Amino acid sequence: MSDRAGFARGEKGSRLLIRAGRVVDPAQGLDRVCDVLVEGGRIARVGEVGDVPAEVRIDARGLVVTPGWIDMHVHLREPGFEEKETIRTGAAAAAAGGITAVACMPNTSPPIDTEATVEYVLLQAERAGFARVYPVGTITRGRAGETLSEMGRLRRAGAVAFSDDGAPVPTAGLMRRALEYARMFDAPIISHCEDKTLCEGGAMHEGGVSMRLGLPGIPSSGEDVMVQRDIDLARVTGGRLHIAHVSTAGAVEALRRAKALGVRVTAEATPHHLTLTDACVEGYDANFKMYPPLRAPADIAALREGLLDGTIDAVATDHAPHTIQEKEAQFADAPVGVVGLETLLGIVCEEFLHAGLLDWTGIVRRVSCAPARILGVPGGTLASGSPADVTVIDPEAAWVVDPAAFRSMGRNTPFAGRRLRGRAVVTLVGGRVVYRDDRGR
Amino acid sequence: MTWNAKDLLGIEELTAGEIGTILDTAESFSEVTLRSVKKVPALRGKIVVNLFYEPSTRTQHSFSLAAKSLSAEVQPFSVASSSTTKGETLLDTARNLQATGADIIILRHPASGSARHLARALTASVINAGDGAHEHPTQALVDLFTLRRRFGRIAGLRVAIVGDVLHSRVARSNLWGLLRLGAQVVLVGPSTLVPREFENLGVEIHHDIDRELERCDAFNFLRIQTERQAAGLFPSLREYTAMFGMNATRARRLKPGAVIMHPGPVNRGVELTAEVADGPRSVILEQAAHGLAVRMAVLFLVSGHAPQGQGSDSAVQGASSPATTHNERS
Repeated sequence: MSDRAGFARGEKGSRLLIRAGRVVDPAQGLDRVCDVLVEGGRIARVGEVGDVPAEVRIDARGLVVTPGWIDMHVHLREPGFEEKETIRTGAAAAAAGGITAVACMPNTSPPIDTEATVEYVLLQAERAGFARVYPVGTITRGRAGETLSEMGRLRRAGAVAFSDDGAPVPTAGLMRRALEYARMFDAPIISHCEDKTLCEGGAMHEGGVSMRLGLPGIPSSGEDVMVQRDIDLARVTGGRLHIAHVSTAGAVEALRRAKALGVRVTAEATPHHLTLTDACVEGYDANFKMYPPLRAPADIAALREGLLDGTIDAVATDHAPHTIQEKEAQFADAPVGVVGLETLLGIVCEEFLHAGLLDWTGIVRRVSCAPARILGVPGGTLASGSPADVTVIDPEAAWVVDPAAFRSMGRNTPFAGRRLRGRAVVTLVGGRVVYRDDRGR
Repeated sequence: MTWNAKDLLGIEELTAGEIGTILDTAESFSEVTLRSVKKVPALRGKIVVNLFYEPSTRTQHSFSLAAKSLSAEVQPFSVASSSTTKGETLLDTARNLQATGADIIILRHPASGSARHLARALTASVINAGDGAHEHPTQALVDLFTLRRRFGRIAGLRVAIVGDVLHSRVARSNLWGLLRLGAQVVLVGPSTLVPREFENLGVEIHHDIDRELERCDAFNFLRIQTERQAAGLFPSLREYTAMFGMNATRARRLKPGAVIMHPGPVNRGVELTAEVADGPRSVILEQAAHGLAVRMAVLFLVSGHAPQGQGSDSAVQGASSPATTHNERS
């Protein structure tokens, strides 16, 4: 599947050398200063390579070299919503954010529920030639929540997982069948947990702030009951369940219990849910509107704890671009979602590395190893022979988030104006430089 | 006592001093409203636009009258027949109104936060005439004005707000105003319409109105929307009325001097029986009457006429007769 995944492989025999960076590869138990040699698009050697001839040389002194970051939850909007984002702009944004691969959600128009759409996404990604794009197929036909999609055919065409993201699988019966059916491909079902009967019509987290602002609330229970339902179904079916964008303390607790019982469940949390609270909505700025909504401080504390103790496996952005005019609407009328591809690395560095909560090994596990493992895709390591997907990072580079400078067409970030430390300097996909930041170097 | 704000978006962001300024200014204008020629030239040459995205006869009428009493030019803007129906956004509509000379835009909109949304983007003044379930500041000011007239003070009063607090902008604005001025606030209603989170705002919550009858100085009844019942938030209007409605039997237990308020329009027989609505405890018509003076005060203040010196007599300077001075709260 890897050569179907929409990336340009390096020229056969061409060489690229990353010199004297701090190389972090948890899969090999590696965290030391050394060189990385890339040949023919694959990692040839990690260690003291010396001064070998190479077409491209990257001086990585003072920089950190990690396996390529993988964002397992993005919305690239194509086909159907090209005014918000295209596969090309989304994949370019990923590359600029140090992300070498993304899994794109199928809530497009048409949704990714046929082989043709899967192939179209892969073709567009290949044409773009930035980050790898792994299509996620729908769980149900047309994302209508009624009958299972042709998961076997989607899988064969290149879908790595299944999700109706943006909408929950409405009934327990259907979710049970989806988990059972996907089990034969060992593909994860990525669940968007939202009980519509509790959440419909809501605009922000239900709590003191929503009461004050007079905005209709989305209660935490709307997520909690669905997470618990899906965990129970994963337990009885033996299917692989992945919970998307976890946001509540209740969901973290349910996941922790489920993992202790050996249920095959994994989970992700977004940078915004890990760092921002519902108090951000005070100014009615729709750049703070997303599903699930920004929650209360106790939820943020539980999410962080869950991320640190492994209850939450991965950080994923839920990158969801919208046009300026859509987000300019009144809060209640604006669409949900924020962009994240170009701020993931900076937020993770600032809030977890520099804050002393995670070391480099801990970070790489959560942004590279875990997503690769959950999706069953290559990457997550710099072991010899693996595709040369590499992120070279300047952890000290200070910058200010400026939405106007994004490669993404979406400007809808909740982090505009934030001062961050940590930037991608070079992004390699299949041994090819897809992004290079020359500022100040 | 000063007023510097371009807009009036909500009561939450006002200090006790600012609320006092508005109420004092309203006192000065209430004298004007009693004259035979109910007009002062304070806003001559200013253009005031009523931008109402929800039907509202009373508030819109009250604002128009207030603006005309200040000699402003009032332009109603018909949302239904405008380019709004062709998909123009609120922001674009308002920017156009500003470009064509509007000095003050009075906005009523179903989306919470819409007034702030506009105020941020415009140099014209924005007065919030109700935004979703968020705030309806002039209604609260009218209610505070009415209470202050009745009791001579707000501090120390115990005021019950009864009904659908969850969806009510009147309740939120009243709650902030009453708290700022030192009143005790009691929210009364079904637990589905008065969620516990409100307790964090410094108010009491009760679900038994009978417990409060002898304790409160004022009861402000909120209009109940029948669609709340359709949404399953309470089982029936009959039960709602039995549990939370004000009737003659309950009214007899009120303490002396206690008043019954309602922002209108009243669902007679639901929140209040006709007997109570028209009875001696009711100050509903006083509320309606005070709307004019309060809205004149708000229009006057946001248009840049900060009161000078002490007192608020400057409010009616230039009027055809000298104004009386109210220094009650200065």
